[in-house]
Amino acid sequence: MTVTQKLTAANFRTPLFNDWCPGCGDFGILASIQMALAELQIEPYRAAVFSGIGCSSKTPHYINVYGLHTVHGRPLPFAIGAKLANPDLTVIAVGGDGDGLGIGVGHFVNAGRRNVDITYIIFDNGVYGLTKGQASPTLRRGVKTKALPRPNINDAVNPIALAIVSGYTFVARGYAYDTRHLKELIKQAIQHKGSSFIQVLQPCPTYNDIHTKDWFAGEDRVDPDTKKPVPRLYKLEETGYSGVLQTDSEEERVSKATEAVRLSYLWGDKMPIGVFFRDPFTPPYEERIAGIAPVYLNSAPAWQPIRNKQLKPVADVSDIFEELRVHQ
Amino acid sequence: MFRFGRRGFLLSWMIGGAQGSGVDSSANLFAYSISSAGYYIFGKREYYSNIKGEHSYFNVVASERPVNAVVDPVHILSSFDAETVFRHAWEVVEGGAIIYDASQEGESLKNIPTIEERLRGELSERLRDAGVGETLKDVLKVAERRGVRLYPIPYMDLVKRTGEVIGEQQLTLLMRVVNTMAVAASFAIMRADINRLHRGLTYAFRAKKAVVDMNFTACKVVYDYVKQNFPDDFPISLPTRPLPDRLVLINGTSCVGIAKIVAGCRVQTYYPITPAADESVYLEDKQVFRVNAFDGDELEYPHLAENRKLADKGHILVVQTEDELAAIDMAVSASLAGARAATSTSGPGFSLMVEGLGWAGMNEVPVVITIYQRGGPSTGLPTRHEQGDLLFSVFAGHGEFPRIVMASGDMEEAFYDTVKAFNYAEKFQLPVIHLLDKSLANSTQTIHIPRTSDIILDRGMLINEHLDEKSGYKRFKFTDNNISPRTPLGTRGGIFWNTGDEHDELGHISEDPVIRTRMMNKRMEKLELVKESIPLGEKIALYGDQDADTWIISWGSTKGPIIDALEILEGDGIDSVGFLQLKILYPFPSEACSEILSNAKRIIDLEQNYSGQMAKLLTMETRIVPTNWVLKYNGRPFTSTEVADGVKEVLLRNTKRLVTNRGG
Repeated sequence: MTVTQKLTAANFRTPLFNDWCPGCGDFGILASIQMALAELQIEPYRAAVFSGIGCSSKTPHYINVYGLHTVHGRPLPFAIGAKLANPDLTVIAVGGDGDGLGIGVGHFVNAGRRNVDITYIIFDNGVYGLTKGQASPTLRRGVKTKALPRPNINDAVNPIALAIVSGYTFVARGYAYDTRHLKELIKQAIQHKGSSFIQVLQPCPTYNDIHTKDWFAGEDRVDPDTKKPVPRLYKLEETGYSGVLQTDSEEERVSKATEAVRLSYLWGDKMPIGVFFRDPFTPPYEERIAGIAPVYLNSAPAWQPIRNKQLKPVADVSDIFEELRVHQ
Repeated sequence: MFRFGRRGFLLSWMIGGAQGSGVDSSANLFAYSISSAGYYIFGKREYYSNIKGEHSYFNVVASERPVNAVVDPVHILSSFDAETVFRHAWEVVEGGAIIYDASQEGESLKNIPTIEERLRGELSERLRDAGVGETLKDVLKVAERRGVRLYPIPYMDLVKRTGEVIGEQQLTLLMRVVNTMAVAASFAIMRADINRLHRGLTYAFRAKKAVVDMNFTACKVVYDYVKQNFPDDFPISLPTRPLPDRLVLINGTSCVGIAKIVAGCRVQTYYPITPAADESVYLEDKQVFRVNAFDGDELEYPHLAENRKLADKGHILVVQTEDELAAIDMAVSASLAGARAATSTSGPGFSLMVEGLGWAGMNEVPVVITIYQRGGPSTGLPTRHEQGDLLFSVFAGHGEFPRIVMASGDMEEAFYDTVKAFNYAEKFQLPVIHLLDKSLANSTQTIHIPRTSDIILDRGMLINEHLDEKSGYKRFKFTDNNISPRTPLGTRGGIFWNTGDEHDELGHISEDPVIRTRMMNKRMEKLELVKESIPLGEKIALYGDQDADTWIISWGSTKGPIIDALEILEGDGIDSVGFLQLKILYPFPSEACSEILSNAKRIIDLEQNYSGQMAKLLTMETRIVPTNWVLKYNGRPFTSTEVADGVKEVLLRNTKRLVTNRGG
């Protein structure tokens, strides 16, 4: 079928009642994903969104593409399995910071090592919302959000740095309430060939009373000259920074990665968003498979006929048995 | 000398040595060479969870007719280290042979650190009782008193002589032929055709000509030595016979791996674990395979292939994951994408897979989980045998969801069962747990090449075309038989949602009590469909006397030892014993079991676990309680002689619970 009508964000909405809290950052991220898919004109049936468990992991139900709301912490293995079986699919994984960086952090690291062509978006609000506000792996030590009986005594993981050292080849940070900027990041991430990771900072209006929308906007620190708040977020691209590798050299890779990691530690008064790092040279996993088995390019698992019209298997294992054959 | 039932010929041969010293390759050489001489073989491998140094051994039985398990008595013990003789000399029968390194006669029991304290104490006591000291020579003396023949081989001298013949002086290189010499000595005393060893060497060393030549020269040197130094009257001889047709020498993991390719499995995931990993590594090696010569139109292309046509080769993608959580999840989602997919593991790995299993059950995703059971709980006995995961497989997961649990009795069954597992999974849209075990995984057997021409791949209600955008497709549509047509991801008009939460027909979260009840019914009633649809012959198998008063009931790889035991028992005049093998364990074949067992006077539950797990299921489903139990959980598989002796004891003494403990 040819696409006769231009797809819009409306094509990616489902008629479901959305039960997120009013003011939740998830809404902005959801809208950004829908806009990105529409602008890239990806037909809904060719895309699949995988999630784990938690508030943000309900996202697939609100998007009109194949939606797989999976197991807590496991959106990545699910996403990778589907993508490798059918590389035609546009595959996006989403989930919360607890889902991806707590219970699922082993998958987070190992997905980076493979560089499968998928996009992973972490909705990062610093708390476990659906279980009523416990500290998540990105909440900093000493911070006491509303539902914590005591200040957090764990240190926070640095998702951007962890993504870079794990091998993700596109690493970015967005903000849930800057949907235009976030949408562009998501588009770039989807178009990038390899594993892309986007950390999206977002307020949790119900449980995170520290990192609120006002806090991100700097409402607590008004410039005495302009009388305007000084926002805590700034855009990397506006500073002339580029984390994109220009050559496939290990020297440039290490140098760009190191600078990106340094920037990822900036927190509090000035926090960068935008593309931290992009490596277009490291081959995605699909290419690595094809390096061993070129047949994969034309015969990925979901494309292969496994039987003939008489329902008989098409695999011919006679030569494999021949290797094991007893001869006199 | 030990005789096996009424069978004309059965040879029981054993080789042992330190792990990493080539015991496996010697055993493969022996097994291949002896099958090449026209005999069926069954070989059992025992090894420690260790890379180098601990004792491992291989037991091979050979017969003119198919043989399904090893026996306890050993006719020839072949060795090149002292530990093997210390441990196994006691198993050699009167008139049997011990081949050993002549230069090690002075080795003392106390100097062998890899013999565990308990065993050392036991051996010490035995030697004391026999009134001898604790050297290898003493052990051999005791054996000789029992009528065991001794074959001291001066390996070092023969290695040097081999070097002289081929003009090679480098000893480290030459020492590698010692294993081959131990095998060749066995062949020589049985007066077997030396050319069979040449066949075996070519197989074992994959046609590396120089290596084959060096080893074959060593064989000739050993043959000459044996002929010159020992009488030529060993009671077992090994004349070459006509080779049975289409015979392969195979182990369980390779057999299941090949079956997965035939079954159309195109994604296999795994995390390294003993003894399951061998299957995945084998598949990775064979990942590109031939497809039958075809006319392009004859193949059933998935619509997802768009306009792509298959190259002349097929491919199975093997992914080594970061853990078993990821392994099952990747397999499940590859299945959602339309590929037949499986994961392969052992007990500890399956423990991790349980959350993924539940999700697959909830979302009615076909997936095959191949479990090679090993000794549990926890890490248990990583390289040893057990059937301890049956109840776990049946009940794994919180909440209730349908699954099929099936178990194969031998390699040939495992081949066909593997194909069936994928058919069941897709037909009934549920996870299928295929239980195998360490014994099946690591045993070697000659089998006839399985026939693939009769195999049908049943993909159930898998939609194989794009739909109209406005099809109104519902993944979990309520239907008469509770199976809803399934679209693979990427199907136009087939968008669906999946969730581990309870859901409506579209797959969206629902906590509505009416929907909940209907969805639970939809899923769970599929078990009734499974019961009705699977033919009786795929659920159970009967052997022995069908009108027997005494029935042995069992499942899995105990099949081999039980079938051979029936033959032994018959030879001893006990022929009114039947054997009921359960192949589908869940949903439990209650009606068939009730019918067969209702008139039995004696029911002997024979299993390799502590609790008699299958019998518990039987009682739960049919209220039938066995009269006796023969159980074993020492990590070593039953031998046929052990089963026969166990049954005899139960019949003679009516022992309620007999726990056997054979095997080193």
